[in-house]
Amino acid sequence: MNTKTLMYILKRILLAVVTVWVVITVTFFVMHAVPGGPFVGEKAVTPAVQAAMEAKYGLDKPLSEQYFTYLKDITRLDFGPSLKSRGRYVTDMIFDGMKTSIKLGVIAAFIALAFGVVFGAIAALRRNKIIDRIIMVITTAFVSMPSFIMGSLLLVVFSTKLGWLPANGAQKNGLILPIITLSLYPMAYITRLTRSSMLEVLGQDYIRTAKAKGVSGVKIIFGHALKNSLIPVITYFGPMLAYIVTGSLVVEQIFAVPGIGRAFVNSITGRDYPLVMGTTIVLATLIVIMNLIGDIMYKIVDPRITLE
Amino acid sequence: MIGDISDMDNKILSAQVNMDDFIPATEEEKEYMVQMRPSSTFFKDSVKRLLKNKVATVCFFIIVLITLAAIFVPMFWPYSYDQALGVIPGKPVDNTFNDLAPFEYGKAELKRIEKGESVVPHIFGTDAQGRDYFIRVVYGTRISLAVGFFASIIVLIIGMTIGAVAGYAGGKVDLIIMRIVDIIYSLPDMLMVILLSSVLKVVLEGALDGTVLSKIGSNIISLFLVFGVLYWVSMARLIRGQILSLREQEYVLASQAAGAKGKWIILKHLIPNCFSVIIISTALQIPSAIFTESYLSFLGLGVNAPMPSLGSLASDALNGINSYPYRLVFPALVISLIVLSLNLFGDGLRDAFDPKLDT
Repeated sequence: MNTKTLMYILKRILLAVVTVWVVITVTFFVMHAVPGGPFVGEKAVTPAVQAAMEAKYGLDKPLSEQYFTYLKDITRLDFGPSLKSRGRYVTDMIFDGMKTSIKLGVIAAFIALAFGVVFGAIAALRRNKIIDRIIMVITTAFVSMPSFIMGSLLLVVFSTKLGWLPANGAQKNGLILPIITLSLYPMAYITRLTRSSMLEVLGQDYIRTAKAKGVSGVKIIFGHALKNSLIPVITYFGPMLAYIVTGSLVVEQIFAVPGIGRAFVNSITGRDYPLVMGTTIVLATLIVIMNLIGDIMYKIVDPRITLE
Repeated sequence: MIGDISDMDNKILSAQVNMDDFIPATEEEKEYMVQMRPSSTFFKDSVKRLLKNKVATVCFFIIVLITLAAIFVPMFWPYSYDQALGVIPGKPVDNTFNDLAPFEYGKAELKRIEKGESVVPHIFGTDAQGRDYFIRVVYGTRISLAVGFFASIIVLIIGMTIGAVAGYAGGKVDLIIMRIVDIIYSLPDMLMVILLSSVLKVVLEGALDGTVLSKIGSNIISLFLVFGVLYWVSMARLIRGQILSLREQEYVLASQAAGAKGKWIILKHLIPNCFSVIIISTALQIPSAIFTESYLSFLGLGVNAPMPSLGSLASDALNGINSYPYRLVFPALVISLIVLSLNLFGDGLRDAFDPKLDT
């Protein structure tokens, strides 16, 4: 690693930190810009009670003071108490939801990677043959289908019509359908990515040299071509996680999975502002970190690449 | 004498000249000799390349067809998207209109058919409130297409302006703009969209009351605002990159030497040369905007009821999924078809308008 790479990494880390700070700040001020404050919509509250509640949650202090208190609390991972679920803390709720969501997301990501790379390689090796066409048509369809539609259709077919899998994510085997729903889009994307980069690599001189030397087809693929054609896939890590996170918002809703995505959506409809802020910040930080890791890995794996 | 000349044709070394060879060419002969085709513009060339791409052409026709249907079908269709067919003022509510399967009729309609009147069938059935589902899907398509189109225009205008200014001005202006772009670019867009639209919805609801804009609905306006705030960055990056390389060209220098101002150079020289990039990325922006809108509608942050959008129709269909799965299938099919066609058409556009870019 030379100094240039190091400088690049430092720059990216700095950008990531600034981004997270922007997210926190935007979230904070946007949430406090809502007219009427968080207690509107509750049963009629007398002004005295409202003042007491605001004092309890520190909402009576000037905005800048609240902001700095909030920043300080976040560094201790303290997002304050939930407004709607009495007696619960946002941090605990987020971690509870994360347990399920991380399981869901990680398995979906692995399935997407494994199948995507394999299908992509097959399609590239059988270019313009019937199997390539089939793979491309199916992946094109998957890429064009929003996750909520995919999830709903899977729910209808496998749960309602066939009755093979439960529709509720909290039941036994209930996570299978949500995992499939979440993995289909990234899988299709990775398939296309692997195919196009594999085709490019297969046209390179060193592949021709290997063929000329008499290296077997399988060895060329796994020893020479695959490794290099996976580089673009690395860049997709960050976007894939972003997709899985946002996808999980609706997928958890459809299948009633008790994850962080559902907590987020419910907190928005229920106007539970501390929970909205907490989940936004945690999820955003996660995405920013994954993007950062993806970019840095890309740079290290392929030093030819000069990124702005 | 003439006879002599013709005799000499056979003598190779003769210095005599055959005068017939020097007759001026006729117009037809001249035309025959012209090797050049009539000059073709870049745009014509690209369209020709695009038409050769069968997939893109078919997709284009699908999009045109869907768009025309979305615009014109509501004009002559006898039902409207918010009309509960069983509810007639002054009469008891007729529940036979609710939850009809495709091509079934309500009680009152069956009576009319017996009398020999013709009744327009409910091709997709009706929903739980007795509204014709076909027209709701058509309306939803209209909303989704309109949102996608206008959101892309907003993104285009903002992105193009900022990108062009950053690229042409360079120096500190460029540096500051690009750092802001970097940050917005690395924000997790969907989360921010959800956050902003959930808040803007509340903020705008009060502010819009009584204005023309309240008809469009606070949700759609907040959607446009969010697009305007967040999605211009990739367009700005693209345009800036183009301008950076274009502004070093000689014709810009010539224009500057002739005393042209920055605004003139950007509008007359630089932007037209970014044309293909602009077309391509706008075309690809539309499906992603439609995607976002349907996603937000599905979460309940999209268009305001009773206005349907494809996303909210799909979301509503989930409630009765066990009994009426087709209610999910129709909007799902339409949205997938739109996004697929737009994506493939966009790819075709890219291949046709940017021959340098070979992917």
